[in-house]
Amino acid sequence: MSLLDRTVEFAGALRSAGIPVSTAETVDAMRAFGKIDISQREHLRAAFAATACKRPAHRTTFDTLFDLYFPPKLGDGVGQEMDGAPGEGEGDGEQTSADLAAISAAMRDQLRDLMLDGDEDAIRRFARNAVSSLGRTDSPAGRQSFFAYRVLRALSPETLIASLLAAMMGEQERGGMAEKVARQTIADRMKVFEEAVESEIRRRLAETKGVESVTRSAVKPLTDQVDFLRASRNDLIELRRQVQPLARRLATRLTAKRRLGRTGKLDFRRTVRASLATGGVPLETKHKPHKPHKPELVVFCDVSGSVSSFAHFTLMLTHALREQFSKVRAFAFIDTCDEVTDYLRSVDIGDAMARIAQNADLVWFDGHSDYGHAFEVFAERYPDAITPKTSLLVLGDARNNHRSAATPTVRRLVKEARHSYWLNPEPRSYWGSGDSATKVYEPLFDEMVECRNVEQLAEFVQRLLPT
Amino acid sequence: MQQFPLFGDVADVRERLAGVGYLADDAIATTVFLADRLGKPLLVEGPAGTGKTELAKAVAAAVSAELVRLQCYEGLDEARALYEWNYKKQLLRIQASGGDTSWDETHDDIFSEEFLLSRPLLTAIRRSEPTVLLIDETDKADVEVEGLLLEVLSDFQVTIPELGTIVADRRPFVVLTSNATRELSEALKRRCLYLYLDYPGAEREKAIVLARVPELPEELVEQLVRTVRALRAMELKKAPSLAESIDWAHTLLALGLNTLDEEAVRTTLGVVLKHASDQARAASQLKLS
Repeated sequence: MSLLDRTVEFAGALRSAGIPVSTAETVDAMRAFGKIDISQREHLRAAFAATACKRPAHRTTFDTLFDLYFPPKLGDGVGQEMDGAPGEGEGDGEQTSADLAAISAAMRDQLRDLMLDGDEDAIRRFARNAVSSLGRTDSPAGRQSFFAYRVLRALSPETLIASLLAAMMGEQERGGMAEKVARQTIADRMKVFEEAVESEIRRRLAETKGVESVTRSAVKPLTDQVDFLRASRNDLIELRRQVQPLARRLATRLTAKRRLGRTGKLDFRRTVRASLATGGVPLETKHKPHKPHKPELVVFCDVSGSVSSFAHFTLMLTHALREQFSKVRAFAFIDTCDEVTDYLRSVDIGDAMARIAQNADLVWFDGHSDYGHAFEVFAERYPDAITPKTSLLVLGDARNNHRSAATPTVRRLVKEARHSYWLNPEPRSYWGSGDSATKVYEPLFDEMVECRNVEQLAEFVQRLLPT
Repeated sequence: MQQFPLFGDVADVRERLAGVGYLADDAIATTVFLADRLGKPLLVEGPAGTGKTELAKAVAAAVSAELVRLQCYEGLDEARALYEWNYKKQLLRIQASGGDTSWDETHDDIFSEEFLLSRPLLTAIRRSEPTVLLIDETDKADVEVEGLLLEVLSDFQVTIPELGTIVADRRPFVVLTSNATRELSEALKRRCLYLYLDYPGAEREKAIVLARVPELPEELVEQLVRTVRALRAMELKKAPSLAESIDWAHTLLALGLNTLDEEAVRTTLGVVLKHASDQARAASQLKLS
């Protein structure tokens, strides 16, 4: 297959993974290939990335797909990488379990040395060899298959940590900073190894099953499209890292929009001052900037297990944007509610959620969401929270465990507020199913918004902030 | 417009950048080489302090070109970016002539080279020697400036109504940097080659710090890089970047510290972490107190 065909196929795969690659960019990529030595794989990757992948959020997906479409080698690749690794090229013969045990023991030692040394290229090379000697199963139909868990089980890299730690720290004292730093270094290297194994497995699978079928399972959703309710722990960490940059982007866009809007009253003093440069003729008038209207925000959020990650993220975002509001008050609830504004003010917002869960008075009866009771308590305890200037923001899935909805109270609260929105992290199609009280609440609010991922949340926040 | 390639091949880029103290990896070297050969502007994005501006300076030093810099900010306009007529001088000229000359003469006179204030974009286009044009922090400028950049960077020509069209004799090597406080327009991105400069890998970071602060022993640099990477793995408001690592190395050198233990980290943490909350978090996670 020619480079051109492969490139076009690759561009197609990028597009179906959600990375917009225009035809012009594909042409640019081909022109770039003409200028470089395409036998150098990393140069090829850099050239493609420079011309076709122009957003950092897309880079991981890009790299995964690049490894599939432009694999570093074919088959076992024997003869290209002879570095005397045990198990090299032995995959052809029948492997007895004793052989396998001997190989994996030898490879474990080698892995330990590599981890200590920290040469990432060597670790990646080793991972590729490990997959061909340990990760293979021969299915009855004579087709080979490869599994990451077989490699990781045979080598069990996590059991190496203790010995690596001992070797790395030497005489230093345990339990302090040195250990933390050493652990992080080991974790980094482990990650390199595990990712290399996974990438090699994908490559081998792509060879037997075809690239397209592997592509579909290999590509993870982009960070701003990860579903709040399905996010893994790593996803959540990645999401939290996005809060500050996202808040900054939203704020910048807002100031830009405000500046483009109407200008304020004539600033007489500055106009006269500027006219001195043009011999007293006021060529340009100067205006006072408009004072932007800043709404008050009351956030009322469900922090029960199922939706807490969504609430956490949204609270962090509103906190990061607090300069855009004249006042932000936050209330958390499970089946009763408590004010948590002070927790958000603390220095470290990352810990705020844990402290809210520990200290705030959120559980009244059994610790299952009770929207009705929470609204009642809120109205009774904080009658001054909602004023005619307030935008009320309710965060939650409205899964009320078939309890009373307290409709009259909610109606009154909504009426007192200037605007009222409900952000629901569930897909719209689930609304109203089972114990969801969505159908009761939706008509009361100005709007109930589906807010499943960062993209939708950012879109909503932009609408919320007036220009 | 003639083309004079600055670099021979990717390895050449690498060597010459290394020669001026900038250690480029494969991605950086290839992208710089392509920007040179394809004659496209290079858009560099990444967190603060990873060497975006430094790259432009290094390219300029490596090919002994002059660096013309346009620093973007809110409210940057054509008059500050491209050119402006020096109207005060024009006013003086008209008053000095005292009405003796006809309008036509005066007109021809006051719209000549003498009264033109050339700003970075025009300066870069008019130079006939090798030039590196650095447009720094493009994301800070308003959206209209992007339109102006599109026009200038696609044809490398500027039309001044009174003087005519000025075409570049020699295409400058253009580097745009951005901290991504806002998404640059698709149109601008499309015309550029894109390079994302992230925090470097452990080995590369070590090599860079060693190159910048050669007086520091290698083991200490190794320790420093590992500690910085441990800090980056925490959830901080602003993770320390390469610039902070280098600053830290300088600090250790100046203080004459030869090992990075708890005490040394505690006293110098302010060099790498610039938020009080980040410092508190790092101190508790590294068990400094």
